[in-house]
Amino acid sequence: MTASTINTNLASVNESNRKSPLRYLHPATIPKPLRGWVIPALLLILWWATYRFGWTQSQLFVPISKVWETAVRLSSTGELWQSLAASLARDLVGFVIGSLIGLLVGGALGLSRLLEDLIGPTFHTLKQISLFAWIPLISLWFGLGDAAKVAFLALAAFFPVVLNSFEGIRSVPREYIEVARVFAYSRTQLLTRVVLPAALPSIFTGVYLALIYAWLATLGAEYLLTSGLGIGNLLTDGREHFWMDYVILGVIVVGIVGFLLNWIASRVEARLLRWRGRSVAQF
Amino acid sequence: MTAASSIEKAPPPLPTSLPAPGLRLSTLRITALAGDFVKRFGLAATGLILPLLLLALWQHAASQHWIAEQLLPPPALVWQSLVELWGSGDLRSHIAVSLSRIGWSFLIGGSVGLALGFAMGLSRQLKAYLFPTFEVVAQFPVVGWIPLLIIFFGIGEALKISAISIAIVVPIVINTYKGIANIPNALLDVARVYRFDLPQVIARVVVPAALPSLFNGLRQGVMQAWLSLVFVELLAASEGIGYLMVWGRQLLQLDLVVVGMIAVGAIGVLLDVSLRLVEARLQRWRKVAF
Repeated sequence: MTASTINTNLASVNESNRKSPLRYLHPATIPKPLRGWVIPALLLILWWATYRFGWTQSQLFVPISKVWETAVRLSSTGELWQSLAASLARDLVGFVIGSLIGLLVGGALGLSRLLEDLIGPTFHTLKQISLFAWIPLISLWFGLGDAAKVAFLALAAFFPVVLNSFEGIRSVPREYIEVARVFAYSRTQLLTRVVLPAALPSIFTGVYLALIYAWLATLGAEYLLTSGLGIGNLLTDGREHFWMDYVILGVIVVGIVGFLLNWIASRVEARLLRWRGRSVAQF
Repeated sequence: MTAASSIEKAPPPLPTSLPAPGLRLSTLRITALAGDFVKRFGLAATGLILPLLLLALWQHAASQHWIAEQLLPPPALVWQSLVELWGSGDLRSHIAVSLSRIGWSFLIGGSVGLALGFAMGLSRQLKAYLFPTFEVVAQFPVVGWIPLLIIFFGIGEALKISAISIAIVVPIVINTYKGIANIPNALLDVARVYRFDLPQVIARVVVPAALPSLFNGLRQGVMQAWLSLVFVELLAASEGIGYLMVWGRQLLQLDLVVVGMIAVGAIGVLLDVSLRLVEARLQRWRKVAF
């Protein structure tokens, strides 16, 4: 079931009613593969024209060429790469710490009813506190430096991993465990051969979410805990001095990094879950 | 498989002595009720063990001055500040400011999101033009937009409303679009048989069929909005829950920070629960229909 079939259906529903406003939406002049590029191209032309014809004297509009020059300059002096490396390193350390602790806690909660009863309610209460609300507390306890940022990132990665690994383990079908019992699996075998593979897709969803949250949190932490080097600090600097080219460059870099992280995570997920293949779909 | 599992389990032991016939029913019922009560209460109680232990440790640490009061205020102080702030109306006015920001952004972001989602769901043409751009824009975290927004809007109310609106738009568009794209073909076939015109198709087929997904989007949107609201208020605000926390942080009054965290958590839960209630209310016809 795709959007296109609905649209053809809707179109045929409309055929009896020629007054439908949708009939204006048939600019068949533009070839299909190019349609997605129309809006970005229009925006770029508008941006370029604003500067070219001097429609505005506002400091807030910088020409595209200036953003490009800034990008070249900052990358040749290494400032851009240093900031990016600092942010990514922080992101990675916080993500790894948070996910590992999250996996341990989520696994423990999933495998033991007692631990779930003990820790579960506390965890679900703490989870409700919006992520950034932890920052004032963390900044008082850990200062404004890297320690505070990593602690915050770990926290950001921790919650989705715990939730999803817990759910994943809890939703392992009972039949699988019964089969394992028939085969007289030991506890380790049960964990590594049954529980872990069955829970892996859900666990991976958690890790994937953690990666996205950690990147969001990296930026947030760099804005709010303003010390040190990072892509967020580059943005803050640009904003404070009204260097629009810095800000636009920063926003673009942030978007590209987020996109790449997403892409890498989905590739790794596809690779790790390759064994599932099609056989699962036959159930 | 069930056979295998029942082999492993020992058969239930037979009761060794039966109660007197006259008393049997009532005592059985009472023990059953009591067992149920203990079970439920016990479950709640195990959940309370950890928080109570932490609270005791916290209180002990505070009273023994293990940690400076500026770094860890005693629980009693937090409670006292909470009561005082609530009583004086300060907390309520901060909450009101934050909630009105959420409300405005929800109106703006929600209507833009619904419009975009419906447009892309209903028209393949519009989707071809809009979706690629939207997809790229949606990749940017809200936090990434903020410096740009600050330059354009300053740090006033416009910044908060626009940032939160952006946070709301993305999940709503995605879920509305998906909800419409996943409508079963058969439903649209029926609409064609009945010769529905477009408004009828939308009102009687598309909206009811896409409603669950649509609500999912609204709920995600509100949660995203709450996350970004706290962030924006921490960054630049002179009132609101986030400001209360920044203020407490600057004065080294951690009790204010903790009160702020409690309020943020509680309101987050309330928002989610109330949206769930509205959703359940709007979906009641479903149970009637089937």
